[in-house]
This record gives sequence, C-alpha cells and structure tokens, in this order.
Amino acid sequence: MNTPVSGKVFEVANGLHARSANDDGIADGDELLVADNVSLSFGGVKAIQNIGFDILKGEIRAIIGPNGAGKTSMLNVINGFYHPQEGTITFKGEKRSKIRPYMAASQGISRTFQNVALFNGMTTLDNIMAGRTLKMHRNFFWQMFRHGPALNEEIEHRRAVEEIIDFLEIEAIRKTPVGQLPYGLQKRVELGRALAAEPTLLLLDEPMAGMNLEEKEDMSRFILDVNSQLGTTIALIEHDMGVVMDLADRVVVLDYGKKIADGLPTEVQKDQNVIDAYLGVPH
Amino acid sequence: MFYREAGQYKTNYIADSAIFPILQDRIAIAGFLAIAFVIIPYFGNDFFINSMMIPFLIFSLAAIGLNILTGYTGQISLGTGAFMGVGAYACYKMTSIFPDVNIMIPIVLSGFFSAGVGMIFGLPSLRIKGFYLIVTTLAAQFFLEWCFIRVAWLYNYNDSGAIEVPQRELLGWIVTGASATPTTRYLVVLSVVVAMTWVASNIIHGRIGRSWMMIRDMDIAAELMGVRPLFAKLSAFAVSSFYCGVAGAMMVFFWLGAAEVESFDVNHSFLILFMVILGGLGSLLGSFLGAAFIWMLPIIIRAVPDIIGLNINAATVEHINFMIIGGLIIFFLIIEPHGLARLWAIAKQKLRVWPFPY
Repeated sequence: MNTPVSGKVFEVANGLHARSANDDGIADGDELLVADNVSLSFGGVKAIQNIGFDILKGEIRAIIGPNGAGKTSMLNVINGFYHPQEGTITFKGEKRSKIRPYMAASQGISRTFQNVALFNGMTTLDNIMAGRTLKMHRNFFWQMFRHGPALNEEIEHRRAVEEIIDFLEIEAIRKTPVGQLPYGLQKRVELGRALAAEPTLLLLDEPMAGMNLEEKEDMSRFILDVNSQLGTTIALIEHDMGVVMDLADRVVVLDYGKKIADGLPTEVQKDQNVIDAYLGVPH
Repeated sequence: MFYREAGQYKTNYIADSAIFPILQDRIAIAGFLAIAFVIIPYFGNDFFINSMMIPFLIFSLAAIGLNILTGYTGQISLGTGAFMGVGAYACYKMTSIFPDVNIMIPIVLSGFFSAGVGMIFGLPSLRIKGFYLIVTTLAAQFFLEWCFIRVAWLYNYNDSGAIEVPQRELLGWIVTGASATPTTRYLVVLSVVVAMTWVASNIIHGRIGRSWMMIRDMDIAAELMGVRPLFAKLSAFAVSSFYCGVAGAMMVFFWLGAAEVESFDVNHSFLILFMVILGGLGSLLGSFLGAAFIWMLPIIIRAVPDIIGLNINAATVEHINFMIIGGLIIFFLIIEPHGLARLWAIAKQKLRVWPFPY
C-alpha cells in the first residue's frame, strides 16, 4: 500500500524555509558522495584500508561484508564521527575537511543506527520532532513564551511530522514513550526520525536486523518508497542478502577493511572474491 | 470516574500539543492557583506562611533549576547551593549599590550572574560525564563558598561576615526587611515562582527543551540530528543556574532576611538534589512534590505530638522525625524509583481507565 500523502512532506517543507533533497544542483545519477582512498585505523587495528567508492544521487547503494569488515566504520566516516587518516570524502562536489556530526547533519546526511539509538524518555512524536531540530530557528526569547512565532513554528513542524507518521503507519503509537515499543516499531520510529530531517543522503545501518519476515517486508517497502517518492539517496548496510539483492541498485563489498567488489547486485553475487569472503576458502 | 478525557476531541495541533490537554487538569491547576493566591494569604497564619509556604516555594524553584540540569539534560550537579549563593550575593551587592532601584530588578538580574558562573563551571561537562562531572561541580561548590568567606567586598566588609537584607519597597509595599509582612513576601515569591514555572514549562516543551532531552537520552544520536553539544549543555547550565540564582536571592531577601556562607553550603546542594530525585527527575511537578515532601513533612510530623496531646521532649521528636522521613524516602523510592511525579502519573492513568484495569 503506497501512501500518496508522503509526497506532501516536501511540499510542506518547501513552504517553510527548508532545503529539499532536490535543490542542491546535483542531477539524478551524478555523484553525490565520493570516498577516495580512505584509510582509518585505531592504533594498530586497520579498520578501513584504501577504500574508494561513490554514491550516485537517487540510487540505493548497499554496503555489505562479513562481520568486522568495516561497514559501520565507513558510515561513521561519512557521518563525521571518525576522521580518516588518509583519503578524502567529497560530498555534493565539495571536498570536506574535518567535520563534526552536527555539521554533516546540516549538510543533509541523516542516519539510523545498528543498535536502535532512540531517545527513550521521549514519545514517538517528540523523537520525530527531534529529527527536525535543524529546521527550527525560533530563538530562546520566543521559546520562553510558547506563543506567536515559536508556537506557529512548532505547529508547522508538527504537521510535517504527522506526514511522516502517516507514511510509516505509526499513528497509534504517536504519544507512546519509545522505550515501551517493541523492537520492530522502534526501528520504524528511528527511520521516521531520520526522514524528518529531510536528508539528501540517508544512511541505514542494518535496518532489518532482528526482524521477522513481515517486518522486513514492511521495512523494505518503506525504503523503496522513500527512495522513489521522496527522491532520497540511500546507503544501506544489511546482512540479509535477499533484501540487498532486491533493493540495491549497486553493491560495494568490504572484507577486513578492504574493498573486494563493487557493482550491480547480479555481478557481485557471482564474484569469486565475494563468495570466498562469505563462505571461506581452504587454507 | 470524573477524570476522563472522553468527549474532549482535539481538532487542531495546537490543542493536541497543549501542555495540559485534559480539561480536568486545567481545572485543577486553576483551583490550585486560586488557593495559593487567595485562600492561603487570607486564612493562613504567619507561621504557616513564613515557615512552610515561602521556603517550600523557594526550594521548589531551586529544584526546578536543578531538574532542568539533572532531570532534563542528564548532567548531575552538586553545586546548587553555591549557585544559589551567587544569586543571593549578587542581589545583595546590586541593591546596596543601587538602593533606589525596584527590588525585583536586582532579583532577576542576580539570576544572570548565577547563569554566567554556572556556564563557566559547566564547561567541564563537554568532556566528562556522570560521577566525574559531580566532582567538578563539587569544586564549584567549594570554590564559591571560599569566595563568600574570603572576598569581603561581597558582604560589604561587614564584621559579621553576613549579608543583611535592607528594607526595600515594591510599588509602595514594603517587601523585604524586618517590617515586611509574611503575606506580602509570600505573594511576591509566589508570583515569581508561578511565572518562572510557566516559562520553564514552555522552554522544556519547545525546541530547546527537546535538545536537552536528546542530549540526556542519547548524546551521539542528538549530535547527528544537529544538536550542538556545546550549546545544549551550556544553555542547560545557564538556565538551571539562573533559576537557582533567583531562588537563592529570594531565599535571603524574602525568607531568611540575613544569611552567611552556611546558607549555601554543600548540605543545601544535597537537599535540593534529594528533592529532585524523590520528586521525579525530568518533571516540573516532581520538583514541587519533592520540595513539599522534604521541607513540609518534617514540620508537620514535628507538630503532631502537640496536636494529639502527647508530651514528648523535643529531642525525641526530632529523632523520630528523622526515622520517619528516612523510612518514607526509602519506601517511596522502592515502590517507584522514578519519584513521586511518576506515582502521580500512574495514579492518573489508573483513574482514566477506572473501573477497568487497562
């Protein structure tokens, strides 16, 4: 069931002051993010070694690999949590220097976490509102009175948040503290929080870990809808190969911090290095 | 039975995101305000107003201040007493330098001094968390106490080392000093507390309050959503210290009348922290409940033997008091670790669905 209402998220947002995913001057199919020769090590542990790949605007790019391959580290580099010792990240055509995560957020990168990282003391609604932090600008003075501009801003964003709640079909748990929700719904709320920021690039770190088949199908549908209806570029880490092969436009495969394959799902599937990495080779 | 939201439909987001969405809550708040502003000043005797209501309101305000920092932002502090002291001494200095200025102006400005000092001592929170942060706020406590003793300029070089509140008027009413009546002082304190509670509630329900709670619940995700930890933590320290500073200034000017360093020692920091923990971290209502429990209950228990005609000597009553209060604190924390405010929330939930269990 596709919810046509989701397209309104951007209409509402454009009516405000926000930047939508489509006004950054990069056409679909152009390079949105390029990682060039990135290396990252923690002491003697080389988490990422000379990895280079690109993410094209509008695609779903999967990053796969066995445990400890460096997938999450790669996302953390893109996010600005880690700073690579070598190599560069170019986002929207600009080579970037050392940044903090909140700067990545303001450039339009949003993400979900492998272990759900919601704000447990807050309701679903507040969690998704939290995703809109960067879009709210009323200063302390107006906030003190919760009147006039501050209240109007709050209500405008509430409307945008409700679009996301509709889109993800979580109306019933709007006012429930997220700590009380089952795992599958928490993952969904986390996706909602990331979407609330209206990202250009959405990083999903194992969005289907620990889910049953039905929940996986729901989540896959949401990811495809986000990609096609909102035009959001998605980078996805996932262990379920069936999901990856179905969803991803292109796949990059990491093993022990190195890139071992990159290409269409069907190509990667047949690649001998990938098969060896997953199944092991006789020594 | 009467506490139901059935039939109260919300047709717009403003109504749905109201701070008290249920009609009965709004009626209850209005009722409490009417009692506080009309009935207590009219019927309350001097002892009740001066020894119970005024300190209860002032400690509630300080507890709100600490709750903003500890309950909403997750930064534990033991410097509350000292920040209250900064407010008190700042207010004293300002009103001695400008004696003709309306007393409410130095009271409010003293909050800004406290906020500035709080932000400086909040800087370590950018690097350290939890128990380690307690230690640095403890350093603030001891350093500021030292200042209150050693920097004689702060108490106008008094031989006693104490600050004594001069007589000041507000719109023609004497509100501070020995000749101010308890009722006048009570009404001033009550107005300030009500106004500041309303402001605190607005901040907490808006963007800034959300960014504090984001830092508290998951600081990594908060940073990723665009919250700058520097701004969020320091603004929490500033607002929290502002509230504590105003509470400290009011404590001296509207309640004690004179104070020295002992009024702002670490025991006070603990007292306010206990109020916050017992009342409920992250709850404005909890700040009031905690202050009422810890300040008013001992006074009530002390009065009981007299009322029922038992002749017990004062020292024994005091010991029994400690035992009862200590026991009750443990009892309440065992049945609900999240404090009295959570107990109240659970009770309300049960009322809403009564007579069914859910």
